[in-house]
Amino acid sequence: MSTTTITQKLTGKVALVTGGARGIGAAIVKRLAADGASVAFTYTKSADAAAAIVKGIEKAGGQGLAIQADASDAAAAQNAVEQTVREFGRLDILVNNAGTAIPKAFEEATIEELDTILNLNIRGVFVTTQAALKHLGAGGRIINIGSAVGERASAPGLAPYAATKGAVKMFTQGLAREIGSRGITVNNVQPGSTDTDLNPASGDWAVPQIANTALGRYGKPEEIAAMVAFVASPEAAYITGANLTVDGGTNA
Amino acid sequence: MTSPSSYSQVVLITGALAGIGRATALAFAEAGAKVVISGRRPEAGAKLADEIRALGTEAEFIQADVSEEEDVRRLVDGVVARFGRLDVAVNSAGFEGKPGPIIELTPESYAAVFDTNVLGVLLSLKHELRVMAEQKSGSIINLSSTFGRIGGPNVALYVASKHAVEGLTKSAALEGAPLGIRVNVVAPGPVETEMLARLAGSVAGKEKFAQGVPLKRLGRPEEIAAAIVFVASPQASFISGASIPVNGGKAAL
Repeated sequence: MSTTTITQKLTGKVALVTGGARGIGAAIVKRLAADGASVAFTYTKSADAAAAIVKGIEKAGGQGLAIQADASDAAAAQNAVEQTVREFGRLDILVNNAGTAIPKAFEEATIEELDTILNLNIRGVFVTTQAALKHLGAGGRIINIGSAVGERASAPGLAPYAATKGAVKMFTQGLAREIGSRGITVNNVQPGSTDTDLNPASGDWAVPQIANTALGRYGKPEEIAAMVAFVASPEAAYITGANLTVDGGTNA
Repeated sequence: MTSPSSYSQVVLITGALAGIGRATALAFAEAGAKVVISGRRPEAGAKLADEIRALGTEAEFIQADVSEEEDVRRLVDGVVARFGRLDVAVNSAGFEGKPGPIIELTPESYAAVFDTNVLGVLLSLKHELRVMAEQKSGSIINLSSTFGRIGGPNVALYVASKHAVEGLTKSAALEGAPLGIRVNVVAPGPVETEMLARLAGSVAGKEKFAQGVPLKRLGRPEEIAAAIVFVASPQASFISGASIPVNGGKAAL
């Protein structure tokens, strides 16, 4: 009987994760590294957390690279891609994870806040993906981190956020169609309520979100990372244009 | 970290004697699971059970027609009698129907497709949930299709039946959640199986299926099996009521 382990599924692969110093992004970075990939990731303010993650990866025998870059800054995003390729020689997996939500009643949202989420959640994904496509070949993976809220409006105060995640869903579908013949898959992982600084399970907004889930709890960042790792793996080569919901049954 | 693809769980697969069901049975066996396979043909069943045992794990074949409730009850109870529990159930038994336009369909055509694809899934869910509820744990995967979310000419009953499977799965997920049971769909696109060969009618027909997919190829049964093994595993602990498409981009259009 064979005993396949997960640890070598991504050996030889290079991944770039945007927003990888905290929350879901950090869990993704750690999981891809554990699966054998060399992992670069961007961060904005969390330099210490980023350094700690790289140290952890190297201690386990892997390769990590933290790049300070705001994904909503087009030049910085393009440079992050180029720096990844310079350092690791190639790019196989892009995870567009950097994103934010500003929960509040829509009429109270400022134009600046609306621009912030548009620029990070949509424009940042477009720009980083375009830069990465210069380097992705057959077997390449583009994995967007959308949201369960991009498909069902399950909570108030998130209409602009939902709009950006709906955009990620349709961008995923459109791009998958366009580049499928190049052997590059494009997928969208849609987390439900996940326990992070952005949306803590112990926070003020948690109770109604928990009530929305079927499983009666928040997700853990590792559970989102598990789906990303599966999609990144060679076994998932026929999955493209897919919106993969990891939400404890919220959207059922 | 524990591997998601090796665990000593007890797995039941209906429709295990061909195509995706068969590949799934073998994939779970390779992962170390104890496997119960089911189908309607005892000789093929015995042969596959031997093949699975040759991989080094325990296997059992229990004959059942999923559209007959007493068969399904006996099947699920048989798994528990043999292995003491049921951790994962993969409801893969399905029938594509005779391709043809709606104006030629009859109540018999409807029953032929819906008895296996919908009543079969309903009865399987009923008895699997019954057993898993006592355990307060379990994971069920129903096989749907790209046709569970889009339409197609000349396969209206198959399309309708797979849309029904998606709906049944969501309700089952909501009912199962408080009992510790996850229920999900894996929805394959066109995959290299005998069912597709029958639907396609010819090599040219199969090629047409392949060209209709952004990846420009058919899927392999092993690729669907890998997604099923992942969704069934503890790695997928936050996934329930979801429909995981594995379709080369076909339903992205």
